[in-house]
Amino acid sequence: MTLAIFIQNILNALQWGSFYALIALGYNMVYGVLLLINFAHGDVFMVGAYVAFFISTFLLGMYAIQPAWSLPLGVVLVLTFLLTMAITAGVGVTIERVAYRPLRRKGASRLYVVITALMVGLILENGNLALLGASRRSFPELIPKVIYNVEGVSFTNLKIIVIIVTLLVFIFLQRVVMKTKWGMAMRAISYDRVAVPLMGIPVDAIIIMTFVLGSSLAALAGILFAVSYPVLEPYMGALVGWKAFISAVVGGIGDIRGAFIGGFILGFTEIFVATIFPSTYRDLIAFGILLLIMTLRPTGIFGVARRTKV
Amino acid sequence: MRHSQTLLAALVFVLTVGLSWLGWIDSYTQLVIMFVGVNIIMSSSLNLINGYMGEFSVGHAGFMAIGAYTASILMVLFFSKDSVFGPGLLPAGWAILFFPMMLVAGGILAMLVGLLVAIPSFRTRGDYLAIITLAVNYIVKSAIENIQSIGGARGFMGMKRVINGMQAVLDAPWMMIWTWISVFVTILLIKRFVSSTYGKGIIAIREDEIAAEIMSVNTRRAKMVAFMLSSGLAGIAGGLIAHILGYINPGSFTIMKSTEALVMVYLGGMGSLSGSVLSAVLFTLALELLRPLQIIKWVVVPLLLILLMLFRPEGLLGQRELTDVFPGLRRIFGSKDGRSKEGTHAAV
Repeated sequence: MTLAIFIQNILNALQWGSFYALIALGYNMVYGVLLLINFAHGDVFMVGAYVAFFISTFLLGMYAIQPAWSLPLGVVLVLTFLLTMAITAGVGVTIERVAYRPLRRKGASRLYVVITALMVGLILENGNLALLGASRRSFPELIPKVIYNVEGVSFTNLKIIVIIVTLLVFIFLQRVVMKTKWGMAMRAISYDRVAVPLMGIPVDAIIIMTFVLGSSLAALAGILFAVSYPVLEPYMGALVGWKAFISAVVGGIGDIRGAFIGGFILGFTEIFVATIFPSTYRDLIAFGILLLIMTLRPTGIFGVARRTKV
Repeated sequence: MRHSQTLLAALVFVLTVGLSWLGWIDSYTQLVIMFVGVNIIMSSSLNLINGYMGEFSVGHAGFMAIGAYTASILMVLFFSKDSVFGPGLLPAGWAILFFPMMLVAGGILAMLVGLLVAIPSFRTRGDYLAIITLAVNYIVKSAIENIQSIGGARGFMGMKRVINGMQAVLDAPWMMIWTWISVFVTILLIKRFVSSTYGKGIIAIREDEIAAEIMSVNTRRAKMVAFMLSSGLAGIAGGLIAHILGYINPGSFTIMKSTEALVMVYLGGMGSLSGSVLSAVLFTLALELLRPLQIIKWVVVPLLLILLMLFRPEGLLGQRELTDVFPGLRRIFGSKDGRSKEGTHAAV
């Protein structure tokens, strides 16, 4: 493997790691607050990509009903990002309100909420399939692709954008969780669920805030994914979602840094396994390594073992 | 009425096998009945882990795949002419005798793979263990996809020839017979297991692992036994489904299949054996009845389940058994007290 190919692969790994990390963040935030594995999250990512598709094609004037004036590409891009994140956040909050909250109110076992989450994911996938049909859709080119070639390493501007956006999101989230009052409330809920409402913290508002953040991040990942790999299909969220969940757990579920590190670990493992071995071995070896990590460090890299009091 | 359970089992057996032998029910109905049986094994074996032990296993289909492939490969290797394995090593007619052994062999291999989950479970539990089961499911699927000699991602077939070989000797609905025998063995095994000292230890682990350990439950051993039993039974279910369908591919043992098993467990209620049986029957039949809806089926079924969760969050039966909900049935199934007494005697 020459140095150029090595750097090329690092860039690929960083890009895939970014997708996993962005989705894993949503898993981690919801888990931190609710102790719920939100299995519908991968499909929220898919919803984000589809919403972005419809908004951008509408704004670009590809339908019979056209916007009143034609917009320059930059404005379309910004509007697509903002509207998609807002609408997907709405979807996430709706799922929470309709499916999870009533169960929580009833004090149902946590595992039943997980099953409900799985079912919500199935509904999103197959509902999409039933409504929009099985035909794949190609995403419009919102960001014109530029290919750079430096010393034999070729990369697109999209790759760089994905990696930079993910890093910015990480810094932003880390600040939100560590420095703001909302973030403090989130951490407090995951630390002690019983005492927090007694301190006058509106738990439901914090939970909604968490879902808004998590879902809009999934939407962001959806747009970036669709821009980089412009083919949409209803099941695109399923496998990516499961893998992001795995990376969240490897990093240590319930910790922002964990989601990031986990996402990049999975990205690097997958890409480098695929370069060294035949690419069909990718899942086998990647999951084998993850299994090993989990066996050696059962609570993930940043996870703290919860001590059980006797 | 101590023997009425045996009578009920015999009735189910005679009805299903007899009617299909006589050809009074068509092959589609037979297929659905066999699916019901396989799903009963899947849901009640998963219930051992997710219900009785309180862990969260999401990779049950992986063990099913191991059992399915092992049993199929052994049967085809020994009893059928195959392009890969050459002519059968033994006469095709002997398949009748060897089939249960191969089924059990598949179960044993699945059991050994179950150790992959059981050993990490000593140190970790809850969501972290869930991820390990998920990873094992993916690893199994991916490993099978990469072994080209057994078909890889294209799948494996030839089991129909084995079944034909059996039917050449005696024209009986062999798969129906073996499915229901396996179902009864499974139910009996789990019922006895749960009321044994091991089973009580597993329930104690669910309630409080540390307290259980203090009360001298060997938690490691109990976990290992539970995981191995559960995965072994899933392997047997896999061996059955492979021979019922006559064709398997790694794509049919994905996380989707595991989700189906999970749904059946939670639909019936965690830690309720009769709930698992009931929900396996209902779920399989509902899926078949809704088949005309095509893809909308997969919207309607999850929606119904979410509604069920909203109005009955603990599943159909909760942690109770059918006999607790309808005390009148106790006359048929024998009283619960009687059973636990049996359990303590066995332990002593």
